[in-house]
Amino acid sequence: MKKPNDIILRGVTKVAVVIIFTFAINLFFAGHHNPGGGFIGGLAFAAALTLMFLSYDVDSVRANFPVDFKVLTAVGVLIAVLTGMGGVFFDLPFLTQAFDYFHLPIFGKTELATAVLFDIGVALAVIGTAMVIIMTISEDR
Amino acid sequence: MIETLLMIALFFLVLSILAAVYRLVKGPSIPDRVQALDNIGVNLIAGIAIISIFMRTSAFFSVMLLLGILSFIGTIAFARFLERGVVIESERNK
Repeated sequence: MKKPNDIILRGVTKVAVVIIFTFAINLFFAGHHNPGGGFIGGLAFAAALTLMFLSYDVDSVRANFPVDFKVLTAVGVLIAVLTGMGGVFFDLPFLTQAFDYFHLPIFGKTELATAVLFDIGVALAVIGTAMVIIMTISEDR
Repeated sequence: MIETLLMIALFFLVLSILAAVYRLVKGPSIPDRVQALDNIGVNLIAGIAIISIFMRTSAFFSVMLLLGILSFIGTIAFARFLERGVVIESERNK
């Protein structure tokens, strides 16, 4: 029986992963007025990482992406909770968000919202949880 | 005129999805079922494209892109499971 090689799969993965990462970041930032947001952006990011784990193997991806996903989940939940606590200090209800318009050098008049910080926490928690589930299921040692 | 053509195309796409569902349920071997699943994904993307032309909106484009990515990854995972018996290898064996 011939030994299977996956040179085409690895070549496609090197191109497709970049596109999927870009699309995930686009979905993440589109979430304020359009469909998208932290949850679905994190899921698209986790899909790209899953594609890398599928076409390569666990050790070579972990060597180039040295992040402990359990720590990533904890940091994400902590960021989300602390952003929600921000409203409490100003005598407002929990999870109160604020936004304002700023003049940035390149972008011009830009709306900056603290909901983006909360979304970063949600995205990190989703990426960490999905990758911990996949790595736990796939490991056979 | 164009609405009639779009509805006819959508009808045949739904017919194709139903044929793929029949192959998914009845399929004698596992590769038949995997190919039927991939075929359903492609036909769903085409159907969403026709609906988005029909409604003259661009709100469904990200849905099509995401569905394509997830269908691609799912097909690769099934193919690896059928060929190797293991989906994600743990150490490099080169």
